[in-house]
Amino acid sequence: MENIQTPEYAIETKNLFIFYGSFPAVSEVNMRIEKQKVTAIIGPSGCGKSTLLRAFNRMNDFVPSSYVTGEILLQGQNLYGKDIDPVEVRRKIGMVFQKPNPFPKSIYENISWGAKINGFKGNMDELVEQSLRGAALWEEVKDKLKKSAYELSGGQQQRLCIARTIAIQPEIILMDEPASALDPISTLRIEELMQELKQNYTIIIVTHNMQQAARVSDYTAMMMLEKDGSRSGTVIEFSETKKIFTNPKDKRTEDYVTGRFG
Amino acid sequence: MNPNRDHYPKGEALHRSLSRRYRSASIWQTLFFSALVIAILSLAALLYNVVDGAFGYVAFEYKNDPSEFTSKALDDLNKQELLDILTTNLSSGAFKKLDNEKAMEKRSKSDLYTLVLERLIQIDTKQTWSMTDSIFRSSEIKAEVAKKYPDAKLEFRSWLTPVFLTTPMSSKAEFAGVRTAILGSLWMVGIAILFALPIGTGAAIYLQEYASKNFLNRVIQTNINNLAGVPSIVYGMLGLAIFVRALEPFTSGSMFGVTDSNGRTILSAGLTMGTLVLPLIIINAQEAIKAVPDSLRQAAFGVGATRWQTVWHHVLPNALPGILTGSILAVSRAIGETAPLIVVGASTFISLDPEGPFSKFTALPIQIYQWTTRAQSEFHSIAASAIIVLLILLLSLNATAVLLRNRVQRKY
Repeated sequence: MENIQTPEYAIETKNLFIFYGSFPAVSEVNMRIEKQKVTAIIGPSGCGKSTLLRAFNRMNDFVPSSYVTGEILLQGQNLYGKDIDPVEVRRKIGMVFQKPNPFPKSIYENISWGAKINGFKGNMDELVEQSLRGAALWEEVKDKLKKSAYELSGGQQQRLCIARTIAIQPEIILMDEPASALDPISTLRIEELMQELKQNYTIIIVTHNMQQAARVSDYTAMMMLEKDGSRSGTVIEFSETKKIFTNPKDKRTEDYVTGRFG
Repeated sequence: MNPNRDHYPKGEALHRSLSRRYRSASIWQTLFFSALVIAILSLAALLYNVVDGAFGYVAFEYKNDPSEFTSKALDDLNKQELLDILTTNLSSGAFKKLDNEKAMEKRSKSDLYTLVLERLIQIDTKQTWSMTDSIFRSSEIKAEVAKKYPDAKLEFRSWLTPVFLTTPMSSKAEFAGVRTAILGSLWMVGIAILFALPIGTGAAIYLQEYASKNFLNRVIQTNINNLAGVPSIVYGMLGLAIFVRALEPFTSGSMFGVTDSNGRTILSAGLTMGTLVLPLIIINAQEAIKAVPDSLRQAAFGVGATRWQTVWHHVLPNALPGILTGSILAVSRAIGETAPLIVVGASTFISLDPEGPFSKFTALPIQIYQWTTRAQSEFHSIAASAIIVLLILLLSLNATAVLLRNRVQRKY
């Protein structure tokens, strides 16, 4: 019974705790994230949004002394199961980081490297073009594919990072405040891009910007530090974005989204 | 009104406090500047001291007058005439020995000329003067020579000549060169770097990228840091015990069929130097690897790279310039070290080029040390020249490494 999952869920957490040492940074998260939707995780600073996001593709493994209890299920498979290789998890669940971090290589190599190391056998030129088109970057860079990725603007670099991620054909794309280092116009382009990407991918985004969450997401998870003083973050409310912003159940969510928080 | 505002100086008091702050700043600035001046002065003094010894007047006599061997002036003799002089005047034993080292007919004219000077005429250096004395007390020196050594010739000489670089060791300062020492030093540094760079980089990668932060690894890290400061003579003892004695079959080459050698070879010296610079290379490589931004590693992991793919494709290429900087420091250290070489058993008198890793060897610092301990002043002059050679060699090796580093520095 445990592992039977309805197909519309891309990923599901069950009684998830994330520890740093003996301290639970995130406690008791139960979420079902729908396929081909944008799910936003919002909440005040230090409540564990990024920690939770990074747990989805096991990036927290690099933090010494961090560990997870409970389950994160991808197609019924626990990502933290014994026989699961974190490298495989990260191929299926790609990630875009807060600051654009292209490789110090050419634009072309930025896309092709991930494909190459994962054993991609198809036509590389085609893959690069499709990925760049998918990230709405192709028209801007098609004449300078051999140029360094560092010559691009911040917004272009971030879209290159998105292209790099979709090149490895993940099922889910995690975005950790992908627009927080960008100007409003670049931010808008990333947001538009997310609407296109959700045709094919499930997107989970962490954001500080509540307007952004309201604009781009279909579902929103509200995170908050627990009241009991343990300084451990948890999801206090998770539902459709519309509900969260217009008719929240939890008083704390209402205070936060209406700006009365704190 | 905020009462704290009254506690800050205003008007005249503000000006006074500001000028006080500027005054203390300028005192510190002056102190730092004088520290820089002192550093530059001591470097300049060092260079002056070396150069001062390498050039200057030298008074010498011919023990046997050239006219005893030929009626012509020495400089006008051609090769055949020089050879004839050597054939007639050298004892047949001495001639055969020289012929065995290198056939006399095949030797160059300047080589034969040197032999005539060295073996037959025999220069006897009476006195040498430093460059400063030679320039400012020129007339006094001339008068002094005329009085003390009436037969002597006085000549302003640069002890550092192309011949000095290309001739091997000799027991007479006038004919001694640093060829064997340069080759010995290059061989040794080459072996040291070939040994220490891959091992050091590997250890650094392991410590930085793989090792978990547990007690054992912290102990190892502390020990590596401390090893970098261990006196070099201790490494000499280590080299003597391990490379010269315990690994003698390997370092002497006897397991590869080399018979005429013991463990005191270039290979032993190179490995000892390699061990000596190993901590230096590890620490520098670690720093270089640490300096690679974590965002790059995350980017690589994020597209499904394994740890090794991340290290090989991203961390190492980006750390390479830093690792090479470390190896520059290592080369500088290895080429100047003397103490371990003495312990490992460098020879002080080698007139044959090292032929390979299993040759006996000498090195520039050994040569310099040996010459400066001699009583005769002409040896001090060639020691000064050898120091200049060592400095130039060091600079050119460093320049090569810097060029190499700039080549590998990412274009992006």
